[in-house]
Amino acid sequence: MTTTATPPAAGPEHTPERHASPERAAPPGRARVALRRFAGSPNAVVGAAVLLLLFLLAFAGPYLTPWNHTDIDYTALREGPSADHWWGTTRIGQDVYAQVLHGLRKSLLIGLLVALFATVLASVVGACAGYFGGWTDRLVTFFIDLLLVFPAFLIIAIVSPRLRDTGWLAFVGLLAVFGWMITARVVRSMTRSLKERDFVRAAELMGVHPLRIVFRHILPNVSSFLIVDATIAVGGAVMSETGLSYFGFGVQPPDVSLGTLIADGSDAALTYPWMFFFAAGLLVLFVLAVNFLGDGLRDALDPTSDRTPAQKRRRARRKGTRP
Amino acid sequence: MSAPLTDVPLTGAPLADGPPVLDIRGLKVGFDGPDGPVPAVRGVDLTLRRGEVLGLVGESGSGKSTVALATMGLLPRTARVHGSVRVAGTELLGLGDRALSGIRGRRIAMVFQDPLSALTPVHRVGDQIAEAVRAHQDVSRDRARRRAVELLDLVGIPEPARRADAYPHEFSGGMRQRAVIAMAVANDPDVLLADEPTTALDVTVQAQILDVLRTARRETGAALLLVSHDLGVIAGMADRVAVMYAGKVVESAPAAELFAAPRMPYTIGLLGAVPRPDAADRPLTPIPGSPPELHLLPQGCAFAPRCPLAADACATTEPALTGAGDHLAACLEPPAADPAALYPVPEHTPAREVVPRGELPSVLRVRGLARTFPVRKGGAFRRRAGSVYAVDGVDLDIRRGETLGLVGESGSGKSTTLMEILRLAAPEAGEVELLGRSTSELTKRQAHALRGSVQIVFQDPMASLDPRMPVGDIVAEPLRAQGASRATVARRTPELLRLVGLEAAHAGRFPHEFSGGQRQRVGIARALAVEPELLVLDEPVSALDVSVQAGVLNLLRRLKEELGLAYLFVSHDLAVVRHIADRVSVMYLGRTVESGPVEEVFARPRHPYTRALLSAVPVPDPARERHRERILLAGDPPSPVLREPGCRFRGRCPVYAGLAADERARCERERPKDRAFGPERTAACHFAERVSAPTPTAATP
Repeated sequence: MTTTATPPAAGPEHTPERHASPERAAPPGRARVALRRFAGSPNAVVGAAVLLLLFLLAFAGPYLTPWNHTDIDYTALREGPSADHWWGTTRIGQDVYAQVLHGLRKSLLIGLLVALFATVLASVVGACAGYFGGWTDRLVTFFIDLLLVFPAFLIIAIVSPRLRDTGWLAFVGLLAVFGWMITARVVRSMTRSLKERDFVRAAELMGVHPLRIVFRHILPNVSSFLIVDATIAVGGAVMSETGLSYFGFGVQPPDVSLGTLIADGSDAALTYPWMFFFAAGLLVLFVLAVNFLGDGLRDALDPTSDRTPAQKRRRARRKGTRP
Repeated sequence: MSAPLTDVPLTGAPLADGPPVLDIRGLKVGFDGPDGPVPAVRGVDLTLRRGEVLGLVGESGSGKSTVALATMGLLPRTARVHGSVRVAGTELLGLGDRALSGIRGRRIAMVFQDPLSALTPVHRVGDQIAEAVRAHQDVSRDRARRRAVELLDLVGIPEPARRADAYPHEFSGGMRQRAVIAMAVANDPDVLLADEPTTALDVTVQAQILDVLRTARRETGAALLLVSHDLGVIAGMADRVAVMYAGKVVESAPAAELFAAPRMPYTIGLLGAVPRPDAADRPLTPIPGSPPELHLLPQGCAFAPRCPLAADACATTEPALTGAGDHLAACLEPPAADPAALYPVPEHTPAREVVPRGELPSVLRVRGLARTFPVRKGGAFRRRAGSVYAVDGVDLDIRRGETLGLVGESGSGKSTTLMEILRLAAPEAGEVELLGRSTSELTKRQAHALRGSVQIVFQDPMASLDPRMPVGDIVAEPLRAQGASRATVARRTPELLRLVGLEAAHAGRFPHEFSGGQRQRVGIARALAVEPELLVLDEPVSALDVSVQAGVLNLLRRLKEELGLAYLFVSHDLAVVRHIADRVSVMYLGRTVESGPVEEVFARPRHPYTRALLSAVPVPDPARERHRERILLAGDPPSPVLREPGCRFRGRCPVYAGLAADERARCERERPKDRAFGPERTAACHFAERVSAPTPTAATP
């Protein structure tokens, strides 16, 4: 049957492998392939590095300054950046550097955790509803619709004062619980179409356990959507935290978050720019880094995406336009 | 059918003299690809004279459809088209949309592959045809409408006046394609382009449509450019044939000559790779490799990397189309045309020791299997309004090491039958016995263990492999599902990949990095992972090109001999079944109507449906194809929602049509039972004796 052994479809760089030890131990699994592709994508690496730096800044940065985010320096009101107050002071003499870093720490945690919890919840519930169908689907869909018509703001407003003692983690939970439904509905409908695909049917006929099918076949195939959705959810979570904090729920003074700082400083953006732009700049940087990371992760998990042609295409187009 | 559709063989010289009505010179088409421009057509010359049928054959990606679309001026704006396309002297390339619209439909018309998307779903069929008439002729609405009815009658739609008021979704696939042909000939075009006009249709319907095309061509006198991948269809229709490979015509000759004495190694390979319904034991000779990626074309002859005769010169210069007289071939050294000598014939270890069939252990037995699906109506409160009888009395019997071909047209319940068998649960009615154990008595645990003994290979190799999993994981999945250890998985994966002709190093790649044939091999490797006894193959080669399909079929044959597998091979392609199966079961509307050893059934079909089916299969041999007797079944299968007491085939049955009234009553009243005709041979027809003998396979030119 050697006559019909077709040569490998991919590029010619693979042909030498034929002679190189065919008995390589375990072929690289999905996780390792994804990791390698992730490390090979410049966007993803930049995103991850910036995110890491932000964490470093948020957690180690406050130790570099003598000021605490609650300290008030009555000798310096509305002062611009100086050697004493690196990023200036607020109108009541608080150190902006200390405040922004404290706020950044809170926002990083809230943004990432809410997006993570909401996406995990949405993907598992949505995929199970879509995959199992029948009564599971009906009950779950009903529950999702119920949560969607609940006035989330009102519920958080009522519940959050009672959870004040448990701190910001409870707040993260509340934001996540009201932020997953639409994603879940999309995942459910995507799962329903995936379920009709032959490879899922093949797995069923092999006797693969249903939950295993959900985690091995369904979720990886909706991962592109989940990642994009999660990166958007990060920014959304920071924003909804700001809104809630403004109305007196969520992060309360003297505690601060990036959201509350931006809200406080926005009216002074033109007159005392340091009160606004440091917080806003870090938020933009944070969301951008998450998006870069998300894009890289999506490409790494999708073996059909290829980065090189896109670059070549751009190059070719440039060449083509030149006379 | 109401239209006079006589079967006139198209041999003999067409109206060959006179100026060509379609003249394509040096046609080149390129598209923008991710890596720069991709050539799709690389210089094609074609001429078509009045009344002539030119067959354009090629595998997917050879550029044959692009030629047709470029001729019609239907390519997207981004396509770069060079060369010349003249229809009756008028140059079409470079014409504006307005000027083209005046020519399209009037001088040149097209029949598309998918008849459903070629008709607007929200307008009545008659109105759409009338619109085509009014677009080019200044006639009144009434006149156009009358013309539409005439055209529908011409293409053989019964009760054309009433049918003209129907919407496309009320038509069956075959009727829609008839309507599209009616639209195409509405303005008596000079040139008719048909792009795979029958590929989406069943064999018996295909035969009808080809007949309609013949009629249409005869009535209008138009030249027909028939684009197809099916050598059989081309053999029956075309006067001249042009073979395309990688965007170029590599051989062009009168049909009879091309099939009898091909010169280009690619054509020789193609003819050697296609299974024929009339010759069973001829081994298929696959062409090694797969068609080239057009943006990575080698410098010399595009076929050189796959060519057994490739010399050094082939790798540097691309041969031009040369030859004496009508027969042109693009090859530097045309070989003697003997596929068996040119391409290595796969080793074929002939049959295992002959054990009487009755003594072989049974792998699968199905008795009276039935499955219905509810038809629901209503909005808020959906109630059951009826049932679709998808499977209604199927009997199958497979012994160890045996291949059973399950044949039937779309909607005959083949896939439902498979799913019912593979479900490993109690069927709605009847009995399924796998390896001697009835599925209705299995516990959950036993069913799970039995899943290892029966595996499936799907039709579409791309859809059946998880695009996000490396091939190694895909192949290992059934092993893991059966609880194999890590060490077993690591040992078996490279073994399996090599078994199906891939390399162990491929385990880390993803499905999209393989070609279609290789993907199907991965699918087969996955199915073999747990060493099953029965492999269910659901149209395993119908999504593959002919040259690749032969390799997969040979692989299946070899695996069966090496591993002693039993196959349940489902296919609508009778030639493939004839090639690979030991026994065959024919299904019609959810019932097996005939079963028996494949040679006997093909030589002497007992059921009128089997006979019609066999006569409809095109044979890639012009001489034989044009002289054999064809039985055209009228109409389409009835709706599976109705369950009548009598024989369900009688509405289309040629035997029933010739019966006396009292005999007909029996067909209407009584459902035919399986009757034995010799050992292991059954047919479900009351009047099987009247199915006469001469068959396409026995016919001689």
